[in-house]
Amino acid sequence: MDFNIYDFTSFTKWVDNALNSSMSPLLAIIIELIIIGLVFLLFYAIVGLLLVYAERKVCAVIQNRYGPNRVGPFGIFQTIADLIKLLMKELINIKHADNFLFNLAPFIVIIASFMAIAALPFAKGLQAIDFNIGIFYLFAVSSLGVIGILLAGWSSNSKYSLIGAIRSGAQVISYELSVGLSLLAIVVFAGTMQLSGIIESQADGWWIIKGHFPALVAFVIFLIASTAETNRGPFDLAEAESELTAGFHTEYSGIKFAFFFLAEYMNMFIVASIAATMFLGGWMPFHIAGWDGMNAIMDYVPPIVWFFGKTIFVILMMMWFKWTFPRLRIDQLLNLEWKYLLPLNLMNIVLVAFIVLMGWYIK
Amino acid sequence: MNSEYLVLFFLLGVVLVGGAIVFSMFVSPKSTNFAKSEPYECGIPVKSNAWIQFNVGYYLFAIIYLVFDVETVFIFPWGVVMRDMGMTAFIEILIFFFILVTGLLYAWKKGALKWV
Repeated sequence: MDFNIYDFTSFTKWVDNALNSSMSPLLAIIIELIIIGLVFLLFYAIVGLLLVYAERKVCAVIQNRYGPNRVGPFGIFQTIADLIKLLMKELINIKHADNFLFNLAPFIVIIASFMAIAALPFAKGLQAIDFNIGIFYLFAVSSLGVIGILLAGWSSNSKYSLIGAIRSGAQVISYELSVGLSLLAIVVFAGTMQLSGIIESQADGWWIIKGHFPALVAFVIFLIASTAETNRGPFDLAEAESELTAGFHTEYSGIKFAFFFLAEYMNMFIVASIAATMFLGGWMPFHIAGWDGMNAIMDYVPPIVWFFGKTIFVILMMMWFKWTFPRLRIDQLLNLEWKYLLPLNLMNIVLVAFIVLMGWYIK
Repeated sequence: MNSEYLVLFFLLGVVLVGGAIVFSMFVSPKSTNFAKSEPYECGIPVKSNAWIQFNVGYYLFAIIYLVFDVETVFIFPWGVVMRDMGMTAFIEILIFFFILVTGLLYAWKKGALKWV
């Protein structure tokens, strides 16, 4: 067995061969599916729990508080305790609610985030499915979650939920345009939609550096738009607690509520890793042409550390937004998208096309 | 890995949510009373159904979005071939965006982007 932290391709091939040589192909595929399923299930749960803890700690630091500090050292078991508490809570059925849709909604938000995780490239050879339309697939799947939010709000037959869901719908579909167009800038630069291809094209420098001005504009637009698309503050109108109690999940209790919460944090992880992959080079180390000594040191850091480092950087930035900016009003929110970000984005795409045409980016 | 394996990820979501909800049903306490199953409305008795007419503004934005989102889907294949096509692709996208921006300006002028 040749386990290599820098390239997982040989490792996954070894597992595949070992399973295929010792049993029938059908059984081997079933066992592989079970292994992948368990790994992703565990990964999903751990990332979700850690992000909830991180959010509470970051919020506490920004507001000059302690944050959770009772359960375990530095309160690290607080989210696990919360999870157990939520599992033990009663699931309340709402009178006159549309029960089928009410129960379906948590499934949709969680499934949408699982489908998105399937295409994320964590390290070389460590990607469940490498589509040739990878980024387009991510863009499509990550916006499916809003259907769950709309169903949740409408089916619970509460006025707060309805207003929260409709607001969320208007907001998410509007900002989806900006997300798509800012990702398109990198697709034009890289000339491919396959995620592994986009990362390979950044081996000699990340797109945010190679693509200089337009890539930077696209990155900033992507950060704003993806914060809005995940319904996070300052764009958290869907659950604005000062006016709508809890927005679309007002009527949900116990573990069903926990799934909306979990999906929100996983969506944040997904958009942060898309930003890391497209703009910040994915698992590619930071290189400066000519500085061979530094490049060698950077190569020594495993790719998986690079990927998670960049993702955590973007996540911390989004948390910083949430706890420092005041919430927008719905008309300000829609104005920002349709009158500022969208025209700016269209101009940026033309600029990117022009720069690619003239070859004015760092090759 | 094939794209058929997407079914696996779909099932993972179903298993996670379904499993947790079923588990929760077994361990959670159950009690009923009249007020508990009412939708929340600040503590006062519920006035009426929540399935009501709401602001038409949301609908207008959804319609404009529909146009623009289809355009976004069309532009993605263009983005892939832009580098190989060169000048032709650049002129085509200028024409495409000219039509698109005209549509946006029309909606803007007509007041569809104004919140009412």
